[in-house]
Amino acid sequence: MSAMTKEETEALIQEVLEIYPEKARKDRVKHLAVNDQSLEKSNKCITSNRKSLPGVMTIRGCAYAGSKGVVWGPIKDMIHISHGPVGCGQYSRAGRRNYYVGTTGVNTFGTMNFTSDFQEKVIVFGGDKKLAKAIDEIETLFPLNKGISIQSECPIGLIGDDIEAVAKVKKKEHGKTIVPVRCEGFRGVSQSLGHHIANDAIRDWVLENRDGDESFPITPYDVSVIGDYNIGGDAWASRTLLEEMGLRVVAQWSGDGTIAEIEKTPKVKLNLIHCYRSMNYIARHMEEKYHIPWIEYNFFGPTKIAESLRRIAAHFDQSIIDGAERVIARYEAEYNAVIEKYKPRLQGKRVMLYIGGLRPRHVIGAYEDLGMEVVGTGYEFGHNDDYDRTIKEMGNATLLYDDVTGYEFEEFVKKVQPDLVGSGVKEKYIFQKMGVPFRQMHSWDYSGPYHGYDGFAIFARDMDMTINNPCWKNIKAPWKTDAASEPVKAVA
Amino acid sequence: MPSVMLRKREDGKLLFYVAKKDLEETIESLEFDSPDKWGGEVVLGDGSKYFFEILDTPPRIPITLQAKRL
Repeated sequence: MSAMTKEETEALIQEVLEIYPEKARKDRVKHLAVNDQSLEKSNKCITSNRKSLPGVMTIRGCAYAGSKGVVWGPIKDMIHISHGPVGCGQYSRAGRRNYYVGTTGVNTFGTMNFTSDFQEKVIVFGGDKKLAKAIDEIETLFPLNKGISIQSECPIGLIGDDIEAVAKVKKKEHGKTIVPVRCEGFRGVSQSLGHHIANDAIRDWVLENRDGDESFPITPYDVSVIGDYNIGGDAWASRTLLEEMGLRVVAQWSGDGTIAEIEKTPKVKLNLIHCYRSMNYIARHMEEKYHIPWIEYNFFGPTKIAESLRRIAAHFDQSIIDGAERVIARYEAEYNAVIEKYKPRLQGKRVMLYIGGLRPRHVIGAYEDLGMEVVGTGYEFGHNDDYDRTIKEMGNATLLYDDVTGYEFEEFVKKVQPDLVGSGVKEKYIFQKMGVPFRQMHSWDYSGPYHGYDGFAIFARDMDMTINNPCWKNIKAPWKTDAASEPVKAVA
Repeated sequence: MPSVMLRKREDGKLLFYVAKKDLEETIESLEFDSPDKWGGEVVLGDGSKYFFEILDTPPRIPITLQAKRL
């Protein structure tokens, strides 16, 4: 199927919406759009960050998922208590593959689940005592933790517990940073508000801990990597490039990060933002309070990497600018070999994406480097500033879908017939059973890293082995294919 | 009275950002922008108008200020 025209895409949206009742259709039509590069602002064509409709299958998470799962969870030397019933923490434990270095259970706690395990009694009589006890037990059992964060689950807000008071008392008692985070799952429309709440908690309880303390030696080349969660080692693959060009990475937020790194961040010269959606809040705050400029960068695919390295280098002196060129030149042969190998196998393949808040636009460059085309993209929990940034990246007349429902996504894929779908685990088996090659783009399908030049090689290999896998030819039952009857005849 | 964060974009234009509304717009015109008087009516890229309290000196950007919607 060749590229669709604007009219065809519009007709497709109308056709898919046909099945909804009038009221639902009116709401959903605002979230679906045909990309038009001439638009400056996305609010002319798409609505985002609105409550999902009851009755449709949304793929979104909750505020707790945004705070505990995304922002706080990867900070490895802190213990994050999932304060409330046991399920929220247990069923999301270690699911995001934020890699880290350390001895789990001794000085790092990333893949462990700590919970205050609320029972009926606690809901009735309040959970503050239980929380205090949990903190004391943690101090006894895991004395090497560097701090504790209290991640509220829904009941905390509903029964009105005062976790801030407990945190203050215990902070004094144990002399460690204890952060209450009001990220109850019912807040907001998606995990996006959880990111914001988590950023605000870092701002209020952690960031200024070392203000006025000049003991940390600084250099003019200090940067921090913000919004890289080290999925499958992403942050490491990014960090090496930055260090090679002569910068010093002081902090990683928050993949493989520590609380000490976060406290040192106000001393850096430039904040580098990878995931804009989840951490722009803290970058804006640091810009205002500490006058640290921030820039967004993109380490997916050689074109965008080179662009980003040069943009980062432009904030520093000539030695870093030369450093960036040196890094690009050094890896040139490597990534050209990757492109040479995989481009002929992937050329012209069409991709549809539906991911969280950053990758729907960031990975487009990597696909284009491999000669592929992204024909549809959408955010689970993006806001309009994300769509502003997406419009320029996407081709004209391609599909944009915000908070797409299970039904709409399936229908779009049936009609557009992409060669690859990139989305999360909940979508994976639906599309694989439909016979469409699928990559899980939240956790890199247990592969990775995909960031940086090293990651690009893995990315290209993964896309090739998914799309060109011989299994897709065997999806149809052999007696239902046209070619099947031929060899049978020959035998008879 | 939304809290507005003002910051300079790379090309030197002022950006008007309201976190709660996801509003990030360029400032097209500012009524008073001289060393001894700053503020007044602002017109954004999308045509909407806001009003800042008039200050005696230009504030150090980036800064969060209260603005009134006109």
